[in-house]
Amino acid sequence: MIRLSVWTVRAALLYLGVGFLLGALMLAQKGVPIDPGLLRLLPLHVEFVLMGWTLQLAMGIAFWILPRFSREPRYGRQRFGWIAFALLNVGVLSAGVGQWLSAPPFIVLLGRLAELAAVAFFALHAWPRVKPAGA
Amino acid sequence: MPRLTRYFIKTALVYLAIALALGVVLAARAAFNLPDEFAALSPVFFHLLMVGWAAQLIFGMLFWMLPKHSKEHPRGDERLAWAAYLLLNIGLVLRAGGEPLVALRSDLGLGWLLGVSALLQLIGGWAFILNAWPRVKER
Repeated sequence: MIRLSVWTVRAALLYLGVGFLLGALMLAQKGVPIDPGLLRLLPLHVEFVLMGWTLQLAMGIAFWILPRFSREPRYGRQRFGWIAFALLNVGVLSAGVGQWLSAPPFIVLLGRLAELAAVAFFALHAWPRVKPAGA
Repeated sequence: MPRLTRYFIKTALVYLAIALALGVVLAARAAFNLPDEFAALSPVFFHLLMVGWAAQLIFGMLFWMLPKHSKEHPRGDERLAWAAYLLLNIGLVLRAGGEPLVALRSDLGLGWLLGVSALLQLIGGWAFILNAWPRVKER
């Protein structure tokens, strides 16, 4: 597994762990009331499990298992992958925490733009690697 | 394919079928003006789809495909992964039954079911992470 995948998959696992914690707090609140404010964690929970965990894991695994090139650099333009990793995490935190704390709308907007840019850089990295074996 | 992966994937497929059936019920509620009580199934629908199907399918695939932990223990501490499977599924079933019940019949005093479900799913999710983490590594 390449270093880019290690960082991306581990970040995804961290979001999974925190996302599960947030979900557990909200579910428990529905049955055993602790603090009504816990239910405001919903947008953060959704952002973490959909973007931080699911999307990021898919990206991390793709960096690892998409077909390699026969010549160096065998994993293609990894720099684009690192930029995608950074942008996605900035985006998830900005959009998630922004919604949770009812921050000014431009914070969430910046987060969404960062997520969009992350996907664009991911596509730039992955596109040439989606190819027949040996090509 | 390891036995636990087969369990994860086959269980995930069962949840997918149940979730989609619930999706039909929720759509029928809107189409045929069925009682509002059916709306209590909405969070169950989402979580059977995202935890029961998506997360569980991913867990099964990762347990199978991540780099080997070591020659002696290629899939790491398998007890953690089995605990994840059991706790996640017990917790999810408790939620599927308990959440609509608590929403519709708060007088029954079954809120504790959701607390137990939350705790089991949380420990199950974290157990999976603990199993997978050391296997996410460079060669």
